[in-house]
Amino acid sequence: MINYFNPNNTLQIINKIQKLVFALFVIVLMLGLIEALILSPEDYKQSDSVRIMYVHVPSAWISLGIFSVISILSFGVFIFKNKNFSLITKSLAPSGFVFSIVALVTGSIWGKPTWGTWWAWDARITSMLLLSIFYLLFILSWRITTDTDKAQRISSFIAIIGLINIPVIKFSVEWWNTLHQPASVNILEETTIHSSMLTPLVIMTAAFALFSLLIFLMKYNTELLKIKNKGLNRL
Amino acid sequence: MINEIINMNGYGLYVWSSFIFTLVSFGFLYVVTKLNLIKEKKKFEKNFKVLDENKVVSANKQKTYREILANTHTSKV
Repeated sequence: MINYFNPNNTLQIINKIQKLVFALFVIVLMLGLIEALILSPEDYKQSDSVRIMYVHVPSAWISLGIFSVISILSFGVFIFKNKNFSLITKSLAPSGFVFSIVALVTGSIWGKPTWGTWWAWDARITSMLLLSIFYLLFILSWRITTDTDKAQRISSFIAIIGLINIPVIKFSVEWWNTLHQPASVNILEETTIHSSMLTPLVIMTAAFALFSLLIFLMKYNTELLKIKNKGLNRL
Repeated sequence: MINEIINMNGYGLYVWSSFIFTLVSFGFLYVVTKLNLIKEKKKFEKNFKVLDENKVVSANKQKTYREILANTHTSKV
């Protein structure tokens, strides 16, 4: 898998699959939007405001997933001194950051009709805000630091520290009394969401995952070109 | 039907603003990433055009450079 993202193979792969990923993303997103906004039923309690879930939940899942991958690869940067790992984490961060902001903003919009407030210093919401801050610090560490090795170490350190926040986000609704509802979709336990609502949720998650893949491929290609541009001067 | 979709039982403002914010964020991220990619490709082409013959031969031998050049307008390869 890691070899698949070897810089020498990547450009070829990216150019072949980028258009395919984009086309797939548009198709799946259209399907997801139709399901989420038109075909799925309203909730008996929350009425149509429940539709916000179809953008809020996938964004939160993907931002968490991306940060987990970044953190695990950051261990690899320290242990194996693999520079390709840091190239991958650097390319993953922008989409993860945008997804965390989308989760926060749409959660805030959903909070107003549901809880009567735009914001609460609730454990789940605050830990999600912390995740966005970790993403921001990670991206800024690459922007501010001119020395690549130093930027690699600082960003990896931020990602590893940020990993502590991931289980806090996941279990915050169980560990503390929060405004936020417990998870309705579980892998190991029974899912409490009806299939008519689970379908658009799964489709939207697939669309968002394809989008993050697309952005990752483009960003990785850009980073690779930056390296090759420097290399061209040294030929 | 259309009015129902727009109004969403009085939650239209919340639902539509959430979806629009998400799609605008996606569009913004896509455009910024694409522009950066184009900028780097152009920079590469510009740098490649000023290389002397020996360096062009050396670049041609490397697979990664061939891949980059295959997707730019440079016709030296």
